[in-house]
Amino acid sequence: MTTTAPLADVAGSDAALRAFLHGLPGVDQVGAEQRAATLATRSIKTTAKAWALDLAVRMVDLTTLEGADTPGKVRALCAKARRPDPADPGCPPVAAVCVYPSLVATAAAELAGSGIHVASVATAFPSGQAPLEAKLADTTAAVADGADEIDMVINRGAFLTGRYRHVYEEIAAIRQACGSAHLKVILETGELATYDNVRRASWLAMLAGADFIKTSTGKVQPAATMPVTLVMLEAARDFHAASGRRVGVKAAGGIRAAKDAIRYLVMVNETAGEAWLSPDHFRFGASTLLNDLLMQRTRLATGHYSGPDYFTLD
Amino acid sequence: MPTFEYAPAPESRAVVDIRPWYGLFIDGGFVESAEGDAFKSVNPASEEVLAEVAEAGAADVDAAVRAARSAYQTVWGRMPGRERAKYLFRIARIIAERSRELAVLESLDNGKPIRESRDVDIPQVAAHFFYYAGWADKLGYAGFGGDPRPVGVAGQVIPWNFPLLMLAWKIAPALACGNTVVLKPGETTPLSALRFAEICQQADLPAGVVNIVPGAGATGAAVVNHADVDKVAFTGSTEVGRQIAASVAGTRKRVTLELGGKAANIVFDDAPIDQAVEGIVNGIFFNQGHVCCAGSRLLVQESVYDEVLASLKRRMATLRVGDPLDKNTDIGAINSSAQLERIRTLSDIGAAEGAEPWSPPCELPERGYWFAPTIFTGVTQAHRIAREEIFGPVLSVLTFRTPAEAVEKANNTPYGLSAGIWTEKGSRILSVADKLRAGVVWANTFNKFDPTSPFGGYKESGYGREGGRHGLEAYLSGADHA
Amino acid sequence: MPEQTTRLAVRKTYKLFIGGRFPRSESGRTYLVHDTNVALASRKDIRDAVVAARAAAPAWSGATAYHRGQILYRAAEMLEGRRDEFIALECGADDVDAAVDRWVWYAGWSDKVAQVYGNANPVAGPYFNLTAPEPTGVVGVVAPDDSPLLGLVSVVAPAIVTGNTVVVLAAENAPLPAVTLAEVLATSDVPGGVVNILTGRVTETGGWLASHADVNALDLTGVTDPALAAALEQTAAQTLTRVRRPPGLPVDWHADPGVGRMTWLLETKTVWHPKGV
Repeated sequence: MTTTAPLADVAGSDAALRAFLHGLPGVDQVGAEQRAATLATRSIKTTAKAWALDLAVRMVDLTTLEGADTPGKVRALCAKARRPDPADPGCPPVAAVCVYPSLVATAAAELAGSGIHVASVATAFPSGQAPLEAKLADTTAAVADGADEIDMVINRGAFLTGRYRHVYEEIAAIRQACGSAHLKVILETGELATYDNVRRASWLAMLAGADFIKTSTGKVQPAATMPVTLVMLEAARDFHAASGRRVGVKAAGGIRAAKDAIRYLVMVNETAGEAWLSPDHFRFGASTLLNDLLMQRTRLATGHYSGPDYFTLD
Repeated sequence: MPTFEYAPAPESRAVVDIRPWYGLFIDGGFVESAEGDAFKSVNPASEEVLAEVAEAGAADVDAAVRAARSAYQTVWGRMPGRERAKYLFRIARIIAERSRELAVLESLDNGKPIRESRDVDIPQVAAHFFYYAGWADKLGYAGFGGDPRPVGVAGQVIPWNFPLLMLAWKIAPALACGNTVVLKPGETTPLSALRFAEICQQADLPAGVVNIVPGAGATGAAVVNHADVDKVAFTGSTEVGRQIAASVAGTRKRVTLELGGKAANIVFDDAPIDQAVEGIVNGIFFNQGHVCCAGSRLLVQESVYDEVLASLKRRMATLRVGDPLDKNTDIGAINSSAQLERIRTLSDIGAAEGAEPWSPPCELPERGYWFAPTIFTGVTQAHRIAREEIFGPVLSVLTFRTPAEAVEKANNTPYGLSAGIWTEKGSRILSVADKLRAGVVWANTFNKFDPTSPFGGYKESGYGREGGRHGLEAYLSGADHA
Repeated sequence: MPEQTTRLAVRKTYKLFIGGRFPRSESGRTYLVHDTNVALASRKDIRDAVVAARAAAPAWSGATAYHRGQILYRAAEMLEGRRDEFIALECGADDVDAAVDRWVWYAGWSDKVAQVYGNANPVAGPYFNLTAPEPTGVVGVVAPDDSPLLGLVSVVAPAIVTGNTVVVLAAENAPLPAVTLAEVLATSDVPGGVVNILTGRVTETGGWLASHADVNALDLTGVTDPALAAALEQTAAQTLTRVRRPPGLPVDWHADPGVGRMTWLLETKTVWHPKGV
């Protein structure tokens, strides 16, 4: 990772990093939530809706993160990822399939040549409560098995006690371990509790080399919300302005309806800007969302409402 | 990659049925004007004539005042508060039920975006009636004496910027306190007031309690100057406010005036910048800037000037100007050609005086009255655009170095309606709020309204308060007002 | 040469009270009231008094309510001490006592009126919303003729207790209690400029007070000519000066005054702030 001069030294010491993060403008909770609510009133219809639904499909990280996951389950998911709507060859594939490290090899084999990314959570997901060595091993193994995207969790305990440099170093170390794989840094915003913390954690992750900042593991409530994602998009926008590096944002957990996905896209468009309206810079971490997107696509194409039985369950 | 083009998302007009002609609403019914005068109400977004409306002359105003007096003496003034309350609750409920229709009508006649009429104006109208309904049988507990009495007949003149909301601010407290009213709506926006007249009929409100007399300045003067009006309430320009204050001199009439403003919106260097930028945008571009309390003077601390201006410009580029009925429109049409002319004139003066205008690229429709959202930088206190109310989507940007300078500049105006403060430092908010001479101070927010919250100005922004418990005072004659 | 046997009294010169000092009218003019020369205030005296009142306003309105209350109570003590002097000016013992009591009554309001007239507003949203009264500013007062001490106290005390400063045109035909009250105030702790008292003709000075753009409110209680009252109100309208019209009926100055004379000289300021973490 390289950052340009203005940000070169901010993580140089614990004190400098703390001063920088605490010097970021505050976030007024009510104002941020109102802005998100206003953006949610945008009415996206007809051609715009069709465009947005396809884009949303292309942004999905189709995810399964259960203890009960098996190679069979993952193979089914990969098939779905390649052809989300078997009835419609025009339906684009999703961005990535996201699995636990032990299932990366399965997914990599299934998705070979598809252009669909293989993402894996690593670093003692979802709590992150493991020694750094374990986290690094977790990461290295996933990458070795074929993951080209790593979704790591930050050490919230360290963050909440103000040990920012510790969090930074951990991210930087994982970044190193990722090699050429992209790094998504999960902030677990539901545990950070305030928007000020979300903004600070976003900057911290970006400074440390994140390619994406991601809201949540999906294991903690609340997961992704509009205002949290708004604050992260603002941070990514401002970081780009300061460093020239465009970091992506991933909203994960709790987004189930196509309508909600479109609201997020509106927010991306009007907050970070068009440059983020691509799977390279915005993702949805979701599983059930995909079928609703497909149903809405069909509704738009055929003019009538479809039903869940017409879309595959995986 | 194609851009995210929002397709048109127009709200349906079918929900509102506009008749080709509307009469005056006097004594419970719609009547022609005595002289047969009429005027046209126009959709400012298309210049299409929406309806022809009877124009009230002096004889009509007299008939309306007589109807109001009679209703006051025989029915409304002596009705128990709990019964008055139920009429007002009923009206509040009907407004809520017909909110879609009212929102569309308001956007058609006024030019404001449907998002605002739907999410702000009409919900606030219903809430205002609901709030004051509850006061009607509790007036003895309001702190204005144990047995407060109504004043009598209220003559009310309202502007065109929030047609139905200003009507609610006037009529709800007046009726709750037992007064009857003669109200003149803005001459370019009479339709929602006439729809409200229909709602009064629908609610079985006794005849004469509410009378609506559309017209222009002469009609307003007839209302204000009518000898049998006990109380005058006016919202509008400071210039007309002066005339009204002078014209009631020496009479027994009580007066409240909500007039102009030139509010300072002060952004300190420790502000939550993203929310401050939203507040700046909301402060000046809400309702096309047709807002008396608009944050039309931005005062930015010099240490964050570049950052704030860059953010503001970036944010302004996302504002969508156009069809008021499109649900994605942020800025609608300027209300009238006359107002557009005034905005243009003052903008031209700003440029001529050396301030630098900037607007985001935006395509304005060919028909109708439009003005792109505009900011002027390099403005000083001496510029006319820093002193005069433009009443349009035009922001003057000034700078300051210290809190004392910010306060000094903010207060350096004959107006005193509202102000904004943006800082994360609590003690600074309280200190600055204390020193600002303005009736409403929004700290880390802007342009928020609520029926429970009093609104009104210092100095030449008028006198009296509307909303809240304080809003009752103008419509009660208690012991304290001897 | 016969020796003078009776002592010649030292006569008091009645002057204006502006900014805590006792200047003569800049015009040098006086008029006679009960064989006493009283200063005849001019346009420029009005100007000076408004400047003094404005200058005193920030500190007076910025003082704590407790402090203002103490200062006003102290003034009542001083007033009581001059009881006989006011009685000698034919104020009437009842009126003098009532004036002292009224002053005490209003002194006590200083730290209560905001609690009675202010409000916490339960707005429908995540906002702290508080309405607090603030003084209107500089108030011009035409003091009543019919009660030169009690009436005067009854219009001045409610104005200043909340932090306003006043320019008073004393009762034209009974100005001596007003000037004497000025001496009371000058020897009390009331800061100079908070109360300014001018003697003279309302017909001459009233218009200047009403038209002064830096006067925020005008109390016409003492104007007995309806045409003059209307003219002054009309003049005041040009700068949206708040006006209190003369009472329609004679006032019983001994009656409970209520809070109206305080509240009409209050603006309310409503402050909004989001509640968030």
